[in-house]
Amino acid sequence: MNFFNDNPAIKFQLSHPLMKKIVTLKERNFADKDNYDYASRDFEDAIDNYEKVLEIIGGIAGDIIAPNAESVDHDGPLVENSRVIYARGTQENHEALTQAGVYGITLPRQYGGLNFPMVAYVMSGEMVSRADAGFANIWGLQDCAETISEFASEEIKAEFLPRVTQGETCSMDLTEPDAGSDLQAVQLKATFNEADGMWYLNGVKRFITNGDAQIKLVLARSEEGTSDGRGLSYFVADNKHDNTVLVRRIENKLGIKGSPTCELVFNNTPAKLVGTRRMGLIKYVMSLMNGARLGIGAQSVGLSAAAYNEALNYARDRRQFGKAIIEFPAVFELVSVIKAKLDASRSLLYETTRFVDVYKIYEAIEGERKLDPEEKAEYKEYLKLADALTPMLKMFSSEYANQNAYDSIQVHGGSGFMKDYACERHFRDARIMTIYEGTSQLQVVAAIRHVTTGNYLKMIRDYDAQPINPEFTSLRKRLQIMTNLYENAVSRVNEIKNQEYLDFQARRLVEMAGHIIMSYLLIIDASRDTEDQFRKSAEVYLNYGEVEVRRHAAFIKKFEVANVDIYKVQ
Amino acid sequence: MSFKIVVLAKQVPDTRNVGKDAMKADGTVNRAALAAIYNPEDLNALEQALRLKSKIEGATVQILTMGPARAAEIIRESMYRGADGGYLLSGREFAGSDTLATSYALACAIRKMGKVDLIVCGRQAIDGDTAQVGPQVAEKLGLPQITYAEEILDLSDNKITVKRRLERGVEVVKGSLPMVITVNGSAPECRPRHAKLTMKYKRAATATEKQEAGNDYTDFYDAHPYLNITEWGVSDIEHDIQWLGLTGSPTKVKQIENVVFTAKESKRLTGSDFEIESLMKELIANHTIG
Repeated sequence: MNFFNDNPAIKFQLSHPLMKKIVTLKERNFADKDNYDYASRDFEDAIDNYEKVLEIIGGIAGDIIAPNAESVDHDGPLVENSRVIYARGTQENHEALTQAGVYGITLPRQYGGLNFPMVAYVMSGEMVSRADAGFANIWGLQDCAETISEFASEEIKAEFLPRVTQGETCSMDLTEPDAGSDLQAVQLKATFNEADGMWYLNGVKRFITNGDAQIKLVLARSEEGTSDGRGLSYFVADNKHDNTVLVRRIENKLGIKGSPTCELVFNNTPAKLVGTRRMGLIKYVMSLMNGARLGIGAQSVGLSAAAYNEALNYARDRRQFGKAIIEFPAVFELVSVIKAKLDASRSLLYETTRFVDVYKIYEAIEGERKLDPEEKAEYKEYLKLADALTPMLKMFSSEYANQNAYDSIQVHGGSGFMKDYACERHFRDARIMTIYEGTSQLQVVAAIRHVTTGNYLKMIRDYDAQPINPEFTSLRKRLQIMTNLYENAVSRVNEIKNQEYLDFQARRLVEMAGHIIMSYLLIIDASRDTEDQFRKSAEVYLNYGEVEVRRHAAFIKKFEVANVDIYKVQ
Repeated sequence: MSFKIVVLAKQVPDTRNVGKDAMKADGTVNRAALAAIYNPEDLNALEQALRLKSKIEGATVQILTMGPARAAEIIRESMYRGADGGYLLSGREFAGSDTLATSYALACAIRKMGKVDLIVCGRQAIDGDTAQVGPQVAEKLGLPQITYAEEILDLSDNKITVKRRLERGVEVVKGSLPMVITVNGSAPECRPRHAKLTMKYKRAATATEKQEAGNDYTDFYDAHPYLNITEWGVSDIEHDIQWLGLTGSPTKVKQIENVVFTAKESKRLTGSDFEIESLMKELIANHTIG
């Protein structure tokens, strides 16, 4: 099985018109082509290279990672002598990807990377997650290398980045027992030693994914006497496994069992400062978190794809009352809605990723030369778009992964409740996705300002102006009506000028915007696609989203401010 | 030190996924209906060769394959995984070769390569399942051979130590180089394609393929000599024409039958200890296991 070749919906995203800009910028007009024998020569060559490498990853996902997923879920990792030992399958997965030379997929070639855009990386994440959502975390932690590449000194980059491409794994050590969503409360102490010019870390970190990694990015309090986010700096620690970082225990979890979640003790761990002091939380972690949220988007879409495939195959094979159950309306509706949510979240995933690509590449170029005013303006525009869509993507894709995994079990009936089918693992694995890297509730907090400032509305207007296939004109009319409902709901909430009331309605408003945006994206994708892959999903999703938008509109319309009190639980 | 390893590899129809139209009415394989793949045990052989290459400084791995123009894909596939290059032996004179004619042609090509230290190939190909070509190549070249290899354990002082997988166990043997080793399917699977090598070698081509691509690329291939795959025709090797192709092939296929397995008797077990125990006894008694 090859998870790239068997899923044309992924490859389709490589044909998006914005790819030309992304590839040309990322390749700096193909400046590397004479310096590296594997560098892309032109746009078509670059797309061909992405496809060839994604085919390698898709093959590993389908032939190695997916078949290992069940035993990895069953065996899980172990802790022995304060070290994590991966499950056998996890080791095989990691080794295959290392042998294929695909770690460091987005890193510059000078550090051994492939210099691929985020779009290709996110595609790899989606495929790996479809194979095993838990393993997608180990694959996805190469985000840390991206952060090093963006913010660290040349010395640190040269020391650490080539090691990532050779298969050393990373971890991002942020949370502590008393600092979860509120990272300002981080206590782990960083002390500078004048004698050797190194920082030393002491304290405890908790819930650290892949905490026994060789390369660790650690958020720590460098400014003694401070208690807020401005006293925190960002460090890279070379975990030499010499007992300066001990794994105290690993958590016994509901899902993603192959991904070791560690409690760590730092015991005079030598570390180097990344970037500027005091900017740890405010700048670097925020950037890392945005990347991680995109990663959870990929992980969620991959899980939805797995849940959909399981549901579809079972519904086709299973016969009851003399026919395949997929012929019953109650079942085919379930399956088609899973598909519509999958396709909608995938469209949003790659739209977001393209925006992230453009602004990140401009940021990297800015490190090489001054951007001209036009480029600067474009950078700001794409940064804003990426900022607006990232929390929306994280919330919707992870919620849909859960709903899809739930419905996939429902399609399986009693069998789905048994360990015999993968859908029960998908259901458990999905559960964390609405929680980590910021809960859905916190994504709303990040997204709501794009409701109140009108960013989402402006995006919706831009999508509305894009050319579409005439057969979707009636769908667009319905979307225009939904947009009116959204605008009315937003002005109603805005007029009241009550923060608590806004917070109370925020999720409804963000969801309304999301349904409208994803419906537009599906129509635009369906118009561009020559293989008719998305037309049905566009209609099914719009039917679904329209009801949701009307439901929220009605709720907000008749809701009095004072009624918030009814919901207050003491 | 130079150490030249040649891997004999074959492009075969994927007989593992055989449909109804796998055979033609005349009893020959319907190649159009089956995907052309890298013979699985040749991939195991390639992996052994690549492991040796990483241990011996200056070692090179070259692929030798005989087949139609499209068999160059096997050479590229090997280069994506770490091979240095390869030779495609191609031409209508080779068509219709049985194992004797094939091993003769391969042996002639290997002689042409000059000093070769080690020849590795899969135990057998999935289209014919004869396991004859490797041993016959060794005989024709007058080289020793180790068959059914599972792992190359050591190579030192021109001696190679190999673990063989036999029907009822394993055997460790030692032999002198140069020699031929045939590798068993139980050997470690071949590594995946490497991303950078795949991008680097994706344009590797034989003379025939370059001709088909047109003249625009001549300069490009001159500037990137590592992308040239050697293509040999019958005139490039020293040979006696009577031993090649159909005339050199004494094997005659009389008839091929489609064998479809059907369940003659079925038994339903509930999974009790007693049933498991009696099933195990039965399977051991009829030599299915053990």
